[in-house]
Amino acid sequence: MSAPDDTGRFGRFGGRFVPETLMPAVLELEEAFVEAWADDSFRAELDHLLRTYSGRPTPLTECPRLSEELGVRVLLKREDLNHTGSHKINNVLGQALLARRMGKSRLVAETGAGQHGVATATAAALLGQECRVYMGEVDMARQELNVFRMRLLGAEVIPALSGSRTLKDAVNDAMRDWVASVEDSYYCLGSVMGPHPYPWMVREFHRVIGVEAAEQARDLLVGALPDVVVACVGGGSNAAGIFSGFAEEPSVELVGVEPAGGAAVGHGVPGIVHGMMSYLLQDEWGQVTEAESISAGLDYPGVGPEHSHLSDTGRATYPSVTDEEVVDAFVLLSRTEGIIPALESAHALAWVARERVALAGRTVLVNLSGRGDKDVAQMMDVLADRL
Amino acid sequence: MSGEVGQLERSLRSRIDAGGKCLVPYLTGGLPQGPGAAWTTTMGAIAAAGADGVEVGIPFSDPVMDGPVIQAASQEALEAGATPQSILEELTRLDLGVPTAVMTYANLVFRFGWERFAASVAEAGVAAAILPDVPLEESGPWCDAADVAGVETVMLAAPTGDDARLAAVAERSGGFVYAVGLLGITGERERLADTSKVIAARLKSMTDKPVLVGVGIGSPEQAAEVCEVADGVVVGSAVVRCALETRSPEAVGDLVGGFREALARG
Ligand SMILES: Cc1ncc(COP(=O)(O)O)c(C=O)c1O
Repeated sequence: MSAPDDTGRFGRFGGRFVPETLMPAVLELEEAFVEAWADDSFRAELDHLLRTYSGRPTPLTECPRLSEELGVRVLLKREDLNHTGSHKINNVLGQALLARRMGKSRLVAETGAGQHGVATATAAALLGQECRVYMGEVDMARQELNVFRMRLLGAEVIPALSGSRTLKDAVNDAMRDWVASVEDSYYCLGSVMGPHPYPWMVREFHRVIGVEAAEQARDLLVGALPDVVVACVGGGSNAAGIFSGFAEEPSVELVGVEPAGGAAVGHGVPGIVHGMMSYLLQDEWGQVTEAESISAGLDYPGVGPEHSHLSDTGRATYPSVTDEEVVDAFVLLSRTEGIIPALESAHALAWVARERVALAGRTVLVNLSGRGDKDVAQMMDVLADRL
Repeated sequence: MSGEVGQLERSLRSRIDAGGKCLVPYLTGGLPQGPGAAWTTTMGAIAAAGADGVEVGIPFSDPVMDGPVIQAASQEALEAGATPQSILEELTRLDLGVPTAVMTYANLVFRFGWERFAASVAEAGVAAAILPDVPLEESGPWCDAADVAGVETVMLAAPTGDDARLAAVAERSGGFVYAVGLLGITGERERLADTSKVIAARLKSMTDKPVLVGVGIGSPEQAAEVCEVADGVVVGSAVVRCALETRSPEAVGDLVGGFREALARG
């Protein structure tokens, strides 16, 4: 996966559809990122934090009992074992260091499930930065634990009250904050979305997932690679991260799994929102429609522009799974391997479980983007009759 | 833009040439009004109260440049069934005696089709368009279509831009140059932001086009103050708030009349 063109596009997707007030800031950010990413000392500091603070490299875990149950050899890339419980910290540590390098002392972020918000609050605490997180009011209720974690870490959490009161609206409010605070604030975007350079920069900060996983898979499979690499897709950052380790290997199939109620690639048409052109769920007039998913982290009507491009070129496919399939997968991994997955990550597992006949005998690498602790309270209700 | 001056710029210039200051109020298209009144009645009241042009918002589900007042009005208009087509159709039937400009977000235009939207705007007799999430870098497809259709594209110039950027924005802008008065989204503020006069002065030093300040102009006093430097103002949230609170075309007309008087007094 290569860099976008000069206009920030992957094929026909991407760009910089932001208010004029922010345009100088996104140009400055692009320049700062390019410079930092080419600077060995920046890389070294980030690597050091990823190792000593977040616990990288994360392991690759073989799943014997699950594999036997499904008839598919399943390997998990354990992003759930990162500090703060998901892949989100890879990107946030990169951006928080970049913010410091740019002389910005305040981080603004949006969050859906709260994982990106928690990661941002964590990095801000670590680096002594101020932090404000916007979160949809609906998501604050279903991810109460993460709201408390963010506040404990010293961040301010502001409810997004407009529209569907979920991730989409949190992004709107974070952008509105940034329009007013751009001189001293850094917008720490949580996925491979938004205006250029974010989709590219966030993917680069997550590339470490794919690089590690490819090397670990070669070790485990004595030189071979998995047949299929699967990840869930909200904005698409954990998927972009793991895909980037395998995209140049034509034998490896790439699969991004969307929620049935938020399948931007699967059911959307090209549109412009949150600074980017990409597949988008919208009505005939271009009004953005509300996504609906059991998982707050995937409850988003858009998708990162590079995924739209990967879909157009056929390099990756984007099937979707239902909430029921996700709940079953959540239980399945817990019972067979003793690993409680995040509801987001359970989407990737749900696809493998559903497609087990087609996948029989193949080796599938699943990006386990996060752990399910944050979802336990919500699942206590959902599973009340079953357990 | 071709060399000719469009309808909106002509209207503003005639005010400026007569020694006056320009007033362009904003109303959310399709916003329900009181019994017997339509939003277009309110448009009429605004024009009659001394506006030099009227900006009409075509409501979008995710208006990132807008504060709570215009967000609420957009939401309500959408719930009442407003679409880009319905608003343009109603504007077609309206003769205000002053030019109009539509203000909306990129996705509605993109979905409609850049060319088809530009043609529909022109057909509706609307002079200009303002797309706050289409900066210079992304303006090509829209501006090409608008130029062909003869629609003036009003570009926004922000306090964060350096001189080269402001000059490029002013050069591309048609109708007037929209000087964003402060760092932030639409909404009234206690006092006039210091950035308002600064951005107006910077733009005035680099362009002959009318320079109107918008965002954060909430009272007649603030309008008069910024017009010590600027050629005029765009008044959004104050007008929309009045429309939301009173649902009365007369009340909105009175409010706009108050701005006109303050600008005339200087
Ligand atoms: C564990 C986990 N996985 C995935 C996501 C979705 O984000 P993305 O599609 O950017 O990986 C989230 C977002 O909250 C998450 O918490």
